[in-house]
Amino acid sequence: MVAFTMRRYSSKTTTQISNVLLCNVTDRVSFWFVVTDSTKNTTTVPGSEVEAAIRMNRNRINNAFLLSDKTLQFLKIPSTLAPPVEPSTPVWLIVFGVVLCLIVAGIVFLVVAGIQQRKKKNKESTERENLEDKGEVTITIENGIPCETLDLKAGHINGVFSADDERFTSL
Amino acid sequence: MCLLIRLVIKKLDRNWQACLHLSLPSEPGWRGGRGAGRAPAGGRQDGAAAVSARQQEMEKARPLWDNPVQFVFACISYAVGLGNVWRFPYLCQMYGGGGFLIPYFIMLIVEGMPLLYLELAVGQRMRQGSIGAWKIISPYLCGVGVASVVVSFFLSMYYNVINAWAFWYLFHSFQDPLPWATCPLNSNRTGYEEECEKTSSTQYFWYRQTLNISPSLETSGAVQWEQALCLMLAWLVVYLCILRGTESTGKVVYVTASLPYCVLIIYLIRGLTLHGAVNGLIYMFTPKLEQLSNPKAWISAATQIFFSLGLGFGSLIAFASYNEPSNNCERHAIIVSLINSATSIFASIVTFSIYGFKATFNYESCINRVILLLLNAFDLEEGSLTADNLSEMKDYLMAAHPQEYAQLLPQLKNCSLEAELDTAVQGTGLAFIVYSEAIKNMEVSQLYSVLYFVMLLMLGIGSMLGNTAAILTPLTDSKLIASRFPKEVISGVVCFINCIIGLIFTMEAGNYWFDIFNDYAATLSLLLIVLVETIAVCYIYGLRRFEKDLHTMIGRKLNWYWKVMWAFASPLLIISLFIFYLTDYILTGTLQYQAWDATQGQLVTKDYPGYALAMIGLLVASSTMCIPLGALVTFVRKRLKRERVSTVA
Repeated sequence: MVAFTMRRYSSKTTTQISNVLLCNVTDRVSFWFVVTDSTKNTTTVPGSEVEAAIRMNRNRINNAFLLSDKTLQFLKIPSTLAPPVEPSTPVWLIVFGVVLCLIVAGIVFLVVAGIQQRKKKNKESTERENLEDKGEVTITIENGIPCETLDLKAGHINGVFSADDERFTSL
Repeated sequence: MCLLIRLVIKKLDRNWQACLHLSLPSEPGWRGGRGAGRAPAGGRQDGAAAVSARQQEMEKARPLWDNPVQFVFACISYAVGLGNVWRFPYLCQMYGGGGFLIPYFIMLIVEGMPLLYLELAVGQRMRQGSIGAWKIISPYLCGVGVASVVVSFFLSMYYNVINAWAFWYLFHSFQDPLPWATCPLNSNRTGYEEECEKTSSTQYFWYRQTLNISPSLETSGAVQWEQALCLMLAWLVVYLCILRGTESTGKVVYVTASLPYCVLIIYLIRGLTLHGAVNGLIYMFTPKLEQLSNPKAWISAATQIFFSLGLGFGSLIAFASYNEPSNNCERHAIIVSLINSATSIFASIVTFSIYGFKATFNYESCINRVILLLLNAFDLEEGSLTADNLSEMKDYLMAAHPQEYAQLLPQLKNCSLEAELDTAVQGTGLAFIVYSEAIKNMEVSQLYSVLYFVMLLMLGIGSMLGNTAAILTPLTDSKLIASRFPKEVISGVVCFINCIIGLIFTMEAGNYWFDIFNDYAATLSLLLIVLVETIAVCYIYGLRRFEKDLHTMIGRKLNWYWKVMWAFASPLLIISLFIFYLTDYILTGTLQYQAWDATQGQLVTKDYPGYALAMIGLLVASSTMCIPLGALVTFVRKRLKRERVSTVA
């Protein structure tokens, strides 16, 4: 693998497996390695070149062993982490926009409904006042509250008191 | 002769009715079922005029809750708030686990229920907001009502920021993976952000990406536009709910009161089935009864009950004023206080199981890291080190390779489950850091995250409804303001002002100001307000008179228990709490706060600067001074009126 990498990087077709020298091999599959220059048999390729080569082909090395950057570690070669996928508009703004539109629609609806209700009530009360002045309408009032608004919720007409005039001796 | 007698009889009839009204506060809507009258057409012109005037008054009759359930739900929604979720578990953990329940229940019975019943009874009896209600009890006490409104105003200013944060987290929960699950990358993408490396990804998300917190209170920084948007949305939601008064609030509280329980049940089931949850439950609930001898445990229990029920803000008086006069507020007071405490315990079960899960997860990660470190250092075979044989292997390695082991020692942390469980967190730290950390490790984390933050929102909005009701009810009761502007405009103006002032808390140093308001705006003032309230009802208005009023309202005699609590136990308790807090503040000397240090990745303690201390003093003084000032102003006004009358006469 390492030989292949060096071949790819330096485009020197002559680097062979024999150029890669291993040492300090341990049981847990970790080792130090050195790459020798194939043209000059004794010198070693500088570390920076080897690092650059490995970095270029790291993905391929990982895939060959079915490992990842977290499980196959090259000391002193930090891995380039993949940036997270970011959509063009942040997701939270979209959700925010939806919720905001719903709330504003609700507010506008309630306010308009309130205004309409008040207008209707004003019209009704002015009509009723006009009719009262003409003395044509009998409003059933119970305890000072008109029956319509009460909806007979808080109490009802007490028969004892309604015949008010008759309790007193007629004169 | 006949005409004379008839006129006399009619006159008597009217006077008799007038006498009846003298015994009760006169305001529209209270005509105690004493019979009906028919307003005939024509003929009695004066009668018709009087009737139509009364009819106009009736049309502006006090809005009522549709049914008692709405009232109970409104009280529950207000009382069950974020404090139940993030303060009670912390107290339980600090003061002896299961043993803390003993002082908690004693304080509930001695302090919580009586004071709650008192406030509900006052509100239902006087049928006015806090200012009007206390004015009726005694004109010198209008300052108490004003102080309540001022404290509620401060509270609503800063409380809605929590809803803004909840919205922020909620909107960010619709991503995979959750944004607080991993650290962001640094600029050259070789590793994670430095600040995030030092602390955890959840803390980084809270302190940097949500708050963008500055290193100290002095460096204010700019307003964060994202937080400002969320705050504006939070206020719009509150406005939508209070727009129509009890009509809209009554429907909303069905949701805000019940939804948190659904979510808590889901979390309970999920929490108890999590790996390691039982560790948390056992650790937290084992009673450490020796803590009962610590006076702080009792004081914390009393304080928690007091503030958890939301007494003294005027919200309970406002809610109760919209009740039917015959509503059984005694039963409702007991129900609300019991449900509030039960919810606290329920929430702490959920919290402790989440704690246990998080602690176990961290403990096992720590163990795995140690194992990996040792395996790499000593080139051991995979699987030779496990969690069970770790301690024996460590001893063996120490004996076999002493030098390498000594080199590794600083990196080998002693992983301890108790140490993980002992991290006691309260407040926003618990809600937004600890819980989100636990959520990110669950499967389907987006769903649980959405549920959790919706629950936080419901709890927060429920409490906000109560707060705004406390401010708006006195405003809509006062004829000066209510006659000129409709309800919608008043609510809108209040929300707008609060939103603008709340922008302070969205600045970079906003969280520090939030802590100031959270710790000092309401604590001392509320104690004083409730103390004056209790003394006023018992001794100024008269306990017997109040008892008689309650008897006419509810129809049952007042139990001796309530009388003893109101007259003696609760005031004594509040006075002792007050003295304790004052001595605590005096003894601590300078007040300090926790600032986030980005370079170290943790909180450091700093002293408050001078102007912050001045602000704290202003907060406390502006609400407490209202009480004596109100009495003084009323006294001066009465004096002036008397002088004017005497000079005229």
